[in-house]
Amino acid sequence: MTDAAWIDAALTSARPQAVGALLRYFRNLDTAEEAFQNACLRALKSWPQNGPPRDPAAWLIMVGRNVAIDDIRRGKKQQPLPEEDAISDLDDAEEQLAERLDGSHYRDDILRLLFICCHPDLPATQQIALALRIVSGLTVKQIARAFLVSEAAMEQRITRAKARVADADVPFETPGAMERSERLTSVAAMIYLIFNEGYSASGDTAEIRSPLCEEAIRLARLLLRLFQSEPEIMGLTALLLIQHARAAARFDADGAVILLDDQDRSLWNKSLIAEGLALIDKAMRHRRSGPYQVQAAIAALHARAEKPEDTDWTQIDLLYGALEIMQPSPVVTLNRAVAASKVKGPQAGLDMIEPLAPRLSNYFHFFGVRGAFLMQLGRNDEARTAFDRAIALANTSAEAAHIRMHLDRLQRDSQPRGKKAGK
Amino acid sequence: MLYAILCYHDEDTVGSWTREQDAAVMQKLAVVQDKLTKQGRLGPVARLLPTTAATTLRKDDPPLVLDGPYAETKEQLLGFYVVDCKDLDEALDVARDLGAANPGGAYEIRPVGQFRPGSVQP
Repeated sequence: MTDAAWIDAALTSARPQAVGALLRYFRNLDTAEEAFQNACLRALKSWPQNGPPRDPAAWLIMVGRNVAIDDIRRGKKQQPLPEEDAISDLDDAEEQLAERLDGSHYRDDILRLLFICCHPDLPATQQIALALRIVSGLTVKQIARAFLVSEAAMEQRITRAKARVADADVPFETPGAMERSERLTSVAAMIYLIFNEGYSASGDTAEIRSPLCEEAIRLARLLLRLFQSEPEIMGLTALLLIQHARAAARFDADGAVILLDDQDRSLWNKSLIAEGLALIDKAMRHRRSGPYQVQAAIAALHARAEKPEDTDWTQIDLLYGALEIMQPSPVVTLNRAVAASKVKGPQAGLDMIEPLAPRLSNYFHFFGVRGAFLMQLGRNDEARTAFDRAIALANTSAEAAHIRMHLDRLQRDSQPRGKKAGK
Repeated sequence: MLYAILCYHDEDTVGSWTREQDAAVMQKLAVVQDKLTKQGRLGPVARLLPTTAATTLRKDDPPLVLDGPYAETKEQLLGFYVVDCKDLDEALDVARDLGAANPGGAYEIRPVGQFRPGSVQP
């Protein structure tokens, strides 16, 4: 790998730790971020000449802190810049700092950073944008692209989020055990949301948004390394890995959605699936189930089936039943109905979803699933009505195109019969 | 004499590689491996899954199962096994059997991502 690529990877991976430590020191997001940027600039100049430091994160924290302190002093007293040598002579200091950066600090800094980004005062969209900017270091342009909004709008969203965080009384102290586990839950939820932003992309934007999925996986792995014995974090990481493993098979050349049953399973990423399955195995040993683990287990059952007909739908039905108890939601019941219909037939599925109609009357997938059940039951007119409603509610062009495919099939099926009736 | 070459690198950095960067490195390594294969000198090659997927069995009495990789520095790496198991529980059973035969120290159980059996005949 070239120097530039190596440095780039090292800066990316050191970012959460370095920004987290700088934030602890300066207690201001903008100052911490700017300090990190300045340290990166110096790294780009110094590392190719002097070779990479032993501990890139420690180097960046040290340099970032010195440069920022100089900037602050300069702002106050209009002093001249210190000599470059005074800043880059790091040999002894680096070692000391590396020693002080023990595991607990490291883990608290990153957690604090993630937690600040999921501050309860911020709406979810701002939480995600802030996390991608501060923790992941994506540029405003990259984030705006992924969210399909203008750069100016995203800039504003992030500025607002930062202002809110600055106004709110954010605790910078080391979180206690209780707080830590509460924070962990919201951080896990935020990582899940980042992933979904990438995953729910339509075919024409999947390429642009897939880095969000990769970033979410990187953050989940990081979180798991900080909290090695949390089965729900294992479950979350496994869930993201297995979902993302199917990325290459989810859309056809025209960007239309390919459903699980019709996907070319040879395109699934075996190594991501293997990692996900290994994590589920680890999580199961703790006998402390949770929503991420159950969802990961469902994803794993799909991933384990080499052909669609090998899918263990009975087990999936049971797992959705467990999820329904943990997280009661009409959407979960809808998913369970799909699994149940594979075991007990479309009528059983339809019976399960009928009571959901009032609550899901504006939900695309409800009408898609309902239409499919009705179609399987040969109730084509009702199916057509459901599919029409689904198209009206579709969020992406790919979703609409998929339903149109069903409608076309209904059309084809009904035509020959129509002719016969005419004769 | 057979030599084992053990691969160490910063996992955060390797994990930050893009798919393209990763593929490029793997391709360069494959060139070296292919040369050795043609000479009949290459034994098994394995790329391990990340340490987040690791579990450690401390060979205490009774043996203690811990999440995560082996983290102590008192002991040294003295050897390794590659065993085909249906899941982690089965792998832990094998490790317990081995541990009973040779107590003390620890086994880190890490799933293998990619594996080439090799063809070396010492």
